[in-house]
Amino acid sequence: MLSQETLKKIDREIAKYPADQKQSAVMAALALAQEEKGWLAQETIACVAEYLGMAPMAAYEVATFYNMYDLAPVGKYKLTVCTNLPCALSGGVHVADYLKQKLGVDFNETTADGMFTLKEGECLGVCGDAPVMLVNNRRLCSYMATEEIDKLLAELKS
Amino acid sequence: MLDIEIDGKTLQVPEGSTVMDAAHQAGTYIPHFCYHKKLSIAANCRMCLVQVEKAPKPMPACATPVTNGMKVFTHSELAINAQKGVMEFLLINHPLDCPICDQGGECQLQDLSAGYGGGASRYQEEKRVVVNKNLGPLVSTDMTRCIHCTRCVRFTQEIAGLMELGQAYRGEHAEIMPFVEQTVASELSGNIIDLCPVGALTSKPFRFSARSWEMARRKSVSPHDGLGSNLIVQTKHDRVLRVLPLENEAVNECWLSDKDRFSYEALNSAERLTQPMLKQDGKWINASWQQALDYVAHAFKDIAKDHGAAALGALTAPQATLEELFLTQKLLRGLGSGNVDSRLRQSDFALDGKLGGAPWLGMKIAEINALDRALVVGSFLRKDQPLLAQRLRQAAKRGCQVSLIHSADDDTLVKIFAKSIVAPSQLPGLLAQVVKSAAEQKGATVDAELAKVSVTPEAQKIAASLVSGTNAAILLGNFAQQHAQAATLHALAQQLAKITGAKFGYLGEAANSVGAYVAKAVPQAGGLNAAQILASPLKGYLLLQAEPELDCANPQQTLAALQKAATVVVMSPFKLASTLEYADVLLPVAPFTETSGTFINTEGRVQSFNAVVKPLGDTRPGWKVLRVLGNLLGLPGFEQNSSEEVRAEALAGQPEFVADRLNNQANGVVLNLSLSAAGLERVSDVPIYFADALVRRAPSLQKSLDAKQPRARMNAATLAKLGVAAGKQVKVKQGSGVAQMTAELDAGLPDNCVRVAAGHVLTAGLGAMQGTLTVEPM
Amino acid sequence: MSTQQILLAGLDPNTGDQTWHLADYVKRGGYAALKKILSENIPPENVINEVKKSALRGRGGAGFPAGLKWGFIPKAYQGPRYICCNTDEGEPGTFKDRDLMRFNPHQVIEGMIIAGYAVGSERGYNYIHGEVWSLYKRFEEALDEARAAGLLGQKILGSNFNFELFAHHGYGAYVCGEETGLLESIEGKKGQPRYKPPFPANYGLYGRPTVINNTETFAAVPWIIINGGEKYLELGKPNNGGTKLFSVSGHVVKPGVYEVPMGTPFPVLLEMCGGMRNGKLKAVIPGGSSAPVLPADIMMDCTLDYDSIAKAGSMLGSGAVIVMDESVCMVKALERLSYFYFEESCGQCTPCREGTGWLYRVVHRIEHGLGKPEDLDLLNSVTDNIMGRTICALGDAAALPVRSFTKHFKSEFEYHIENKKCLVPPEVQREGSRIYVTPNRVPSC
Ligand SMILES: Cc1cc2nc3c(=O)[nH]c(=O)nc-3n(C[C@H](O)[C@H](O)[C@H](O)COP(=O)(O)O)c2cc1C
Ligand code: SF4
Ligand code: FES
Repeated sequence: MLSQETLKKIDREIAKYPADQKQSAVMAALALAQEEKGWLAQETIACVAEYLGMAPMAAYEVATFYNMYDLAPVGKYKLTVCTNLPCALSGGVHVADYLKQKLGVDFNETTADGMFTLKEGECLGVCGDAPVMLVNNRRLCSYMATEEIDKLLAELKS
Repeated sequence: MLDIEIDGKTLQVPEGSTVMDAAHQAGTYIPHFCYHKKLSIAANCRMCLVQVEKAPKPMPACATPVTNGMKVFTHSELAINAQKGVMEFLLINHPLDCPICDQGGECQLQDLSAGYGGGASRYQEEKRVVVNKNLGPLVSTDMTRCIHCTRCVRFTQEIAGLMELGQAYRGEHAEIMPFVEQTVASELSGNIIDLCPVGALTSKPFRFSARSWEMARRKSVSPHDGLGSNLIVQTKHDRVLRVLPLENEAVNECWLSDKDRFSYEALNSAERLTQPMLKQDGKWINASWQQALDYVAHAFKDIAKDHGAAALGALTAPQATLEELFLTQKLLRGLGSGNVDSRLRQSDFALDGKLGGAPWLGMKIAEINALDRALVVGSFLRKDQPLLAQRLRQAAKRGCQVSLIHSADDDTLVKIFAKSIVAPSQLPGLLAQVVKSAAEQKGATVDAELAKVSVTPEAQKIAASLVSGTNAAILLGNFAQQHAQAATLHALAQQLAKITGAKFGYLGEAANSVGAYVAKAVPQAGGLNAAQILASPLKGYLLLQAEPELDCANPQQTLAALQKAATVVVMSPFKLASTLEYADVLLPVAPFTETSGTFINTEGRVQSFNAVVKPLGDTRPGWKVLRVLGNLLGLPGFEQNSSEEVRAEALAGQPEFVADRLNNQANGVVLNLSLSAAGLERVSDVPIYFADALVRRAPSLQKSLDAKQPRARMNAATLAKLGVAAGKQVKVKQGSGVAQMTAELDAGLPDNCVRVAAGHVLTAGLGAMQGTLTVEPM
Repeated sequence: MSTQQILLAGLDPNTGDQTWHLADYVKRGGYAALKKILSENIPPENVINEVKKSALRGRGGAGFPAGLKWGFIPKAYQGPRYICCNTDEGEPGTFKDRDLMRFNPHQVIEGMIIAGYAVGSERGYNYIHGEVWSLYKRFEEALDEARAAGLLGQKILGSNFNFELFAHHGYGAYVCGEETGLLESIEGKKGQPRYKPPFPANYGLYGRPTVINNTETFAAVPWIIINGGEKYLELGKPNNGGTKLFSVSGHVVKPGVYEVPMGTPFPVLLEMCGGMRNGKLKAVIPGGSSAPVLPADIMMDCTLDYDSIAKAGSMLGSGAVIVMDESVCMVKALERLSYFYFEESCGQCTPCREGTGWLYRVVHRIEHGLGKPEDLDLLNSVTDNIMGRTICALGDAAALPVRSFTKHFKSEFEYHIENKKCLVPPEVQREGSRIYVTPNRVPSC
């Protein structure tokens, strides 16, 4: 189900924990699986669980507990904008509105071309850089004034 | 010991006690939902908040350890306010649909809210609605009512051994659910119904049939495996509507397996036989008891006169009551025939005459929990004795090294230390290796027979584990007891126990496996055993509570014998279609709920019970029928007026345990290790819901995963060798019989083995559970 | 009062992204503390004592003395013990650990190794907030550098001390910042906090004795070892030793992370941030979103240390200072915070699972002109029923903002209820700092 490459990366994570604590690698393994597949289908979760020797339900609990796992398909780029209070004070909501209007979608929606999914995030832990957003869980973008957003979208589209 | 004061009452509690434990000891009730004495502490419901002197905040009694000199107030203003606050939170999103809730009348939330809930709700927003989950045929859900105590989740994880339920999502969106639409497959799943303090998880078979207060509650004993779980049977208008556990720490604790809990559905089955019937000129007619019993008496007398009493034989189910078993053997022996047996699935009787007493667990059931080493030989543990397996699971969690040798590799959900899976024919050899290795490690001597054996590393690991323990046990499972070399396995296990100082026992197959020995419903010197009774067709058969074509080791041979017999008398609560062909008389005798009786469980505990409902139709308790039959046959000693009198006669008193009748020590068994099987070996399990006449007829159990049609299961190598693809239909041939079934991959099977379940109509045409067969692609 | 920096000393926000490597850190005097301990064979008790003397208080929020915590690890315990670092920084307003990890990861590593030495642990994990992926990557690189240099692994620097350290990333759950939620999360489970006692010192990661501290707490340790606990204490105020990182966000000219000695007056910090961006100061949340809000006048009188802020009725918490000017509608601000706690409740214990939703819905109702006069009492009573009755402090964290906002800015709430609109006129509320909760994020609102 998962590629050799992903499994190898998962093995690297497993190696961080005591031999009888493979389950500790589940968060990383799910993240890697999501990176490969784009989202976490139930088979994918079951596959990760089996690889780590844990009950599928235990892996499912983890996948549903943490925000950054996608349990349904998302666009090629998932854009997460922080709208929490500190960010809002410096334009977080404003930026979210701008993105909505630019992409023509609301939060939790994907553009018709399947390129972008817009998500509302809770505190990303970089409030000083507000407005901030996250691309595909991994790339953090700071000081996202409207011009910066235009640039980012253009870059991602190309 | 620690001193603690609860509401002014002082007492001493052991170190490590929680405030909840102490309150329990003091007889003080602290309201709670998530706390359960058999589960880990979650402390999530917060209902048990109490005031502790010097603590600024209320503390959860379930999770607060007692400290010396602690003062606890369970009813102070602080405590009551906290409890009321929690109750309000629990109710804001609760549907309060008590009038239509099955839990109504036995709901902890309902009970407590009466005492703690405020009047009108201050919560004016919309309530949460949660979609229901499909948990299979036994457990019904109403998830909006869930209060997230996670008892069910912890049960599946900790007691049933596999986390089949979880709490997905978080915060207010948290939901209890199984993984994907997977239903809960645990054989212990029904316990989550009892554990759920509200009406979120209720019994699907029982749904909407009655309110708890409308039903009578009667004690009884489960008639299935050797454990003898204690039951509360709930009835209304002489119908059994529900079965709950009766707590008995020494036996079933507070649990029941699903078969104990849901098999009652069979009691109301359309297949119930409710009137005596006779076959006349090939047609079945209803008869009166008088007619039917006269017929039987005459037929048996005639056979005895014309062919000798030895032409009569009785086969009794090991689930029959002690009283029934006792009177059956007494009747047969009174007529002059010693041909009586209840070990229907056994195929090797070489132990007969060599065994010191009734084979039994070799210890008290509760002692399983304290084992530090265990070797289980030939057992489908979880499905054969679900609650004994559960005890082993708990023992393993505490560090007991559990090893397994067997011919199939089903997940036991017990942490297994070492295991070895070999073909049935290799099982004695494998056990011999363990014996030899243990002997070597202990410096003990072994027979010449064993000296030849070469020890594999796995066998050595198992032996080393046993040798290193201080409280070990070797346990023979159903598969070992039914094995073609059962006596050899027994003798080896006995030796191993002696060498390692381990206890040695049988995991009792049926509710009265021990009782059958005690009642002498097994052949004594000169009598034929079950296999012989069927091998040399007799003229007359008495079948008690048994369905031989499904309950016997070799259904093919069984049917042939019964079809040839002149008279077959069936005493059963049910009428099975195939029985109608060979039987001549059908006598409706009571199932366990309609008669008084006794089961002796695998630890030798004598458990008697009374009828909980009136017999259905013209049904009569088996012991009464046998007594009258004894009278009609003019036999002496059939004057008992009650089942108690029969029991007293069978047990020579009223012992609580039959300790003096139990003995696993066999002498003079000749080992037979050189077993080579030519061809494909059959590995037979008796799936949990095919194991006896009741479970076979319980519709809800029959809908569960464990009741799926038998398949021809093989490992990949065997499938390939036979040119068979998994999922394809195959013909399984054994002796003169053929069964068509689906081939299935079972990676846990040894090479050259085909696993075909017994106890099912689909496979009832096949031969012995132990033997060889052929498989052909269709 | 000193102006010494010890966490971000010599680091320039403009070039800091390049100078995080091992070599740079060593140039700044890094790993000297570890070398000192190992080469001088300083007994572990002495290390703990030094930290005790420093009065270093946990920088993650609760302010518990670190030395005391390390001392709780049972000495006689047989079997592994663990060191865990809490870099899960998810409390709105807090982003100090990010700069520390970005510019100075080796100082965190060194602090953790020393902690391991002090309590006899051979293995540690740093739990890093999932949303700042680059920090996780950088930390892994830093670990590789340290391993290659023999600073981690077997026989560190030729001594008999072994210590392994790994990075574990979160994936989006604020509650994993709670120390036992974090431990559960490392164990590969949902981050549902555990009931305490037992505390991590006795029953921590994998059920073993565990020290868990905030990133900044560990990072302060090397300096303490080199310069001595007393010196550290002298940097701050009695009982409030050392320097502290403050994450300043909101309506200031230069939001960012500032390291100042404990006890620095708030106006000084405000000055360092370039003062207010536009309007007049209205309110400050001094210790992360869960700390009670303080009106401008009270805040301007505070010094930045645990005791002063506590006296003013709030908490220094993680040192996350959220600054709001007069354009902010306090009902909207509270609504957004209440939403956050509702969204982040782990859902295990009743008061928090049910109570956070209730609080949010009532505040939401007030904000949307559907409030009732009795709602303020109701809010108070619901917070009463949450506080002190939950498994972890998230319940309190959700309740405290509600209490403080409705207490200090009661008139705004009353105005909303009576007039069904904001006391702060819409034209004053700046579009650029609009606060709201997306409608229908919560089904039954
Ligand atoms: C809901 C909640 C969130 C928390 N988040 C963090 C966090 O992000 N970082 C942190 O260091 N401590 C956090 N804490 C505090 C930790 O539980 C713990 O007190 C701290 O990590 C201990 O380290 P310290 O003593 O060095 O501060 C949080 C506590 C709670 C209740
Ligand atoms: S207070 Fe909230 S976050 Fe903490 S354990 Fe309880 S439900 Fe979870
Ligand atoms: S019973 Fe103690 S918190 Fe639930």
